[in-house]
Amino acid sequence: MDFHTLTSQFGALTFDGLVLGAIYALVALGYTLVYGVLRLINFAHSEIFMLGTFGALFATRWMHIPVLGDPRTGLSLVVTIVLVCLAGMAVSGVAAVVLERVAYRHLRRRGASRLTSLISAIGASLFLQEAVAIWRGRNYETFPRFLEKKTLFTVFGADVRTDKIIILVAAIVMMWALERFIARTRLGRGIRAVAQSESTSILMGVNIDRVITLTFLLGGIMAGLAGSLNQIYYEQTRFNIGVILGMKAFTAAVLGGIGNLRGALLGGLVLGVVESYGGAVFGASWRDVVAFVILVLVLMFRPTGLLGETMQKARA
Amino acid sequence: MDIRTRRAVSAVAAAALGLGVVAATATSASAAAKLPAGCKALTIAFFGAQTGDAGNLGVNISQGAKLAIMQYNAKKPKVHVNFIAFDSQGDPAQAPALAQKAIKNNCIVGIVGPAFSGESAVADPIFERVGLPNLTPSATNPALSTNHWKTFHRAVATDALQGAAAAKYIKTKFHGAKIAVIDDASDYGKGLADIVAKDLGNPAVRDSIDPKAQDLSSTVAKVKTSGATVVYYGGYYDAAGRLAKQLADGGVKAKFVSDDGALDPGFVSAAGAAAVGSIVTAPTAPVADIKGGPAYAKAYQKAFHVASGTYSAEAYDCANFLLAAIKAGKTTRPTIQKYVSTAAFVGLTKTLKFGSNGELSGGAIYAYVYQADGSTKGALIK
Repeated sequence: MDFHTLTSQFGALTFDGLVLGAIYALVALGYTLVYGVLRLINFAHSEIFMLGTFGALFATRWMHIPVLGDPRTGLSLVVTIVLVCLAGMAVSGVAAVVLERVAYRHLRRRGASRLTSLISAIGASLFLQEAVAIWRGRNYETFPRFLEKKTLFTVFGADVRTDKIIILVAAIVMMWALERFIARTRLGRGIRAVAQSESTSILMGVNIDRVITLTFLLGGIMAGLAGSLNQIYYEQTRFNIGVILGMKAFTAAVLGGIGNLRGALLGGLVLGVVESYGGAVFGASWRDVVAFVILVLVLMFRPTGLLGETMQKARA
Repeated sequence: MDIRTRRAVSAVAAAALGLGVVAATATSASAAAKLPAGCKALTIAFFGAQTGDAGNLGVNISQGAKLAIMQYNAKKPKVHVNFIAFDSQGDPAQAPALAQKAIKNNCIVGIVGPAFSGESAVADPIFERVGLPNLTPSATNPALSTNHWKTFHRAVATDALQGAAAAKYIKTKFHGAKIAVIDDASDYGKGLADIVAKDLGNPAVRDSIDPKAQDLSSTVAKVKTSGATVVYYGGYYDAAGRLAKQLADGGVKAKFVSDDGALDPGFVSAAGAAAVGSIVTAPTAPVADIKGGPAYAKAYQKAFHVASGTYSAEAYDCANFLLAAIKAGKTTRPTIQKYVSTAAFVGLTKTLKFGSNGELSGGAIYAYVYQADGSTKGALIK
């Protein structure tokens, strides 16, 4: 055990953990939204994230950004980042809606059990992974570096680097926007209504198919943003990049309280930080063990997760 | 072929192996192109990754073997030899089932591989059981030759030599350096890292990463805290590149030293600019500098439209040794096994003459430095 690293690099480990956690949280939102509305774990969500990373990658290729080129600056940098993120979000958003149409809608209409949808989700997940593996190959593809990874300033030993700050800010702004959308808009009210009671919403004239499509679209957009940010941070992707990350994000959703938007944010950040500390103290190969031990411990005392509420109760 | 004959064949093979000399002389007298039952041609198989995390390494090796067989068949020999690749993805969990598949095909008379150490540890006992000769051009874990396997042959220097050479290189090039030793917890990577850590004594950091993980920030923090000036990583190119990049991005200025698993263009694409100046050690000779190397490299380029890679030339030698046995009229597993175990073969990279434990004697280790254009410059570690 190495507490020396933890104490001397506490700031850096915390900050890195928060950045990682922000990506987890964005993906966790997709799990939590769909669960809140449909009581369904969308296991193919990790592949929606993976498709988002490829969306971002293709955007850089359309823009002819060389893999080892000079970093961009100023307005051109901002435009590039926005376009890359929009591309990732668009690909993932569309993919999530298509996924719902193909894998879930028919089952739901015929009143299939949740178990059937679960198997359908696992099937869709494997299908997407293998299809991308056949199409793109099984090796990593490198994402170009157009953003210089420059340390802006140092706080408590943490290097505040350009890419990390962009990830944190983008993730938190998007989550805030999503929260506002669900709490304040007509469409958001529809989502909350269906989450509370599907049958009552139908009686009240809510178009349930539209609400479900919207839910998948929102989850997909968040996963697409996570995929784009993941590319900017780690600069590589391949067909199975979503597997481990999806598992972590699902864990984050459960840790925070599944079905709860703020829980997804908190769960993601906590998981990221715990992993970061765990890796430093017990060695990098133990970080997942530490993360899941913490999950089990939290669930022992708070079986519904840290915030524990479901979407319909949260800020109705 | 039904199961009974298949059993009979393997029983004969086992008996022949047991009887050793007697069986070998008996068959070699009457073996003029007598092929195993039901075979129109012989097959030499490659065993190792074709896809997966370290797929590039396996493809380099299988293509080297394939080139040797293509050149052999182009001369219209009496016995045609087919080539087949068993894709283990480099995964020890998948290797046993594939090895079973390989031994059941009795037209397969020799294996080039298994490519990696982990899969060798589980597949080699299966080959040993039926006496199927295997020549690995790249599985470098030292423990493999301590199992008294007769069919195991290693055409490359082991990690014991490579680890010691890497430690020596670090000691002489970066005198008095503070060192961080990291591995990927695999048989291969951890084995090498342990040797380097032991030879250099008390590394400032000793950590294992999960090679599938994206985020290595806690390891970066450890290296940073320690103030290490040299980072040694035991593992394969994918994670090695990721680690080199995240260390550089994290502001760590240490020299990055790794192993033959990181001698691959995949390292450059994963590490980006951080690859430049990184050093990898490998028991493979720089092809351009060896006799006959340029002609081989040209043929390889023509056949596969890529440059010969890590262990391509060693695999080419292994396959050619097996082909030399077939040329000498050995067409069954026991006769080929006897031939490769006793004969000497002058290959491209070195002369192959295996000791009773399947090892070559001695072996040279080279240090390769990554250049700005992604190529490497190799030199012998003295």
